[in-house]
Amino acid sequence: MTEPVIAIRDLHGFYGESHVLHGVNLEVSRGEVVTIIGRNGAGKTSTMRAIMGILEKRQGSIRICGNETIDWPSERIARLGMGYVPEERGIYASLDVMDNLMLPPKLAEGGMSLEDIWKLFPNLKERRRSQGTRLSGGEQQMLAFARVLRTGANIYLLDEPTEGLAPVIIQQIGHAIAAMKAMGHTMILVEQNFRFASRIADRHYVMEHGKIVDMIRRDEVTSRADQIKSYLGV
Amino acid sequence: MSTQVLFGQLLVGLINGSFYAMMSLGLAIIFGLLGIANIAQGAFYMMGAFFSWLLLRELGVTYFYALFLSPLIVGLIGAAVERTLLRRIYKLPHEYGLLLTFGVLMFTQGIFIYIFQTAGRPYPVPPELAGGYNLGFMFLPKYRAWVVVASIVTCFTAWYTLEKTSLGRTLRAATENPALTRAFGVNVPALMTFGFGAGVALAGAAGVLAAPIYTVSPIMGADLIIVVFAIIVIGGMGSILGSIVTSLSLGLLEGLAKVLYPQGSNMVVFVVMILVLLVRPAGLFGRER
Repeated sequence: MTEPVIAIRDLHGFYGESHVLHGVNLEVSRGEVVTIIGRNGAGKTSTMRAIMGILEKRQGSIRICGNETIDWPSERIARLGMGYVPEERGIYASLDVMDNLMLPPKLAEGGMSLEDIWKLFPNLKERRRSQGTRLSGGEQQMLAFARVLRTGANIYLLDEPTEGLAPVIIQQIGHAIAAMKAMGHTMILVEQNFRFASRIADRHYVMEHGKIVDMIRRDEVTSRADQIKSYLGV
Repeated sequence: MSTQVLFGQLLVGLINGSFYAMMSLGLAIIFGLLGIANIAQGAFYMMGAFFSWLLLRELGVTYFYALFLSPLIVGLIGAAVERTLLRRIYKLPHEYGLLLTFGVLMFTQGIFIYIFQTAGRPYPVPPELAGGYNLGFMFLPKYRAWVVVASIVTCFTAWYTLEKTSLGRTLRAATENPALTRAFGVNVPALMTFGFGAGVALAGAAGVLAAPIYTVSPIMGADLIIVVFAIIVIGGMGSILGSIVTSLSLGLLEGLAKVLYPQGSNMVVFVVMILVLLVRPAGLFGRER
């Protein structure tokens, strides 16, 4: 029995005085795609930020590839092979597309070559000299993906990758995630769009009020559809 | 008024502008990356001049070696200051950075006054750069031409590093979004130490260049830093190219004022600052935040 790639135990997180995570427990095995679903403000993004070490005030245990990272600085966590696509996309306004793409340092061998990235996202190639913020929402999201695919990361945290995007772009992002899964990457996906999430994920964690309250396996999605609806408040 | 006098003063203006440029460039880099308005930049300038003087007197290290060695020492001292002091106040409002670096300025200046007293000490013009050129309309001392060229080359190198290299790309990213840049695996705290060291090393280099022109004294940086801060306000905080252009223009303007209205020459920078603040509060090249 190998240890899970990410194992979170009783994680608490704070923004200043406000307590946002109240004892999160979750596990992800190598090569697994897991989503965190739940209503706005449930603590999904905070969980991602806590794993990455961006949420600085955190307690409990986060083990990544066997390392206890709860008091590690963000850059050290990243070097375990993390690829983070933040909710706000985080495209640098002062850098052009090419510089945004080349910014994250290589973490390991086996990252995508520029050629493969241009194949996956042809629009980006055409716009490689555009300033980061001149891109459309969809292009910014592709850039946020492309940027971490280059680094050789093998654990991906994808926060709302389809939010606010046109259906045709969502499809393209879906292809990218499927390709990443086929490469054997481990992924945690925060997603509001459950239809999208259910197509690619192995398991779904349900989050409410800063806690994981349920876990739904892929083969239970149809039988528990009503419960999922009520969790999402739709 | 003779053209000799006019060009003479414009040259002095250009020289001052060159020092302003190196000082304000360092300040712009530091403010961009650390969010700290580093008043102590004046002390690092003074240290640059003093170390070159000490290196020559105590160890016989000549000018061109000092030009690299002295800024290096200044940069290392800066890195130590960042690690031990500045690092503690990044989460506090900007005023605290101003106060703390003001304290560093006073403290450093105090130590140098205690050891060396306030009297100025001459630093000889290096023999390779002695003499000058007669241009017909004016006499151009070699050393002064060298200062202008060296400053322009330094500023260009700094600008090129920031805009066109991968180090510059990482520095700009860390300036814009430090938390995310760390989440990509970049050691931003180390980068900030390096950025502060490099920023004050620019002041140190300006100090070495200044040593043979002005006398070396513990208080040489305190006067300069006030004008440089006014220039930063005029150019706009954090704009690299803006600081260089503003510095050179205001140096020239000061020189011109010395010819046309000498009584006002010390004031002209501040008058411009007031006018700019009235019209464009973010500075000529700054962006509103």
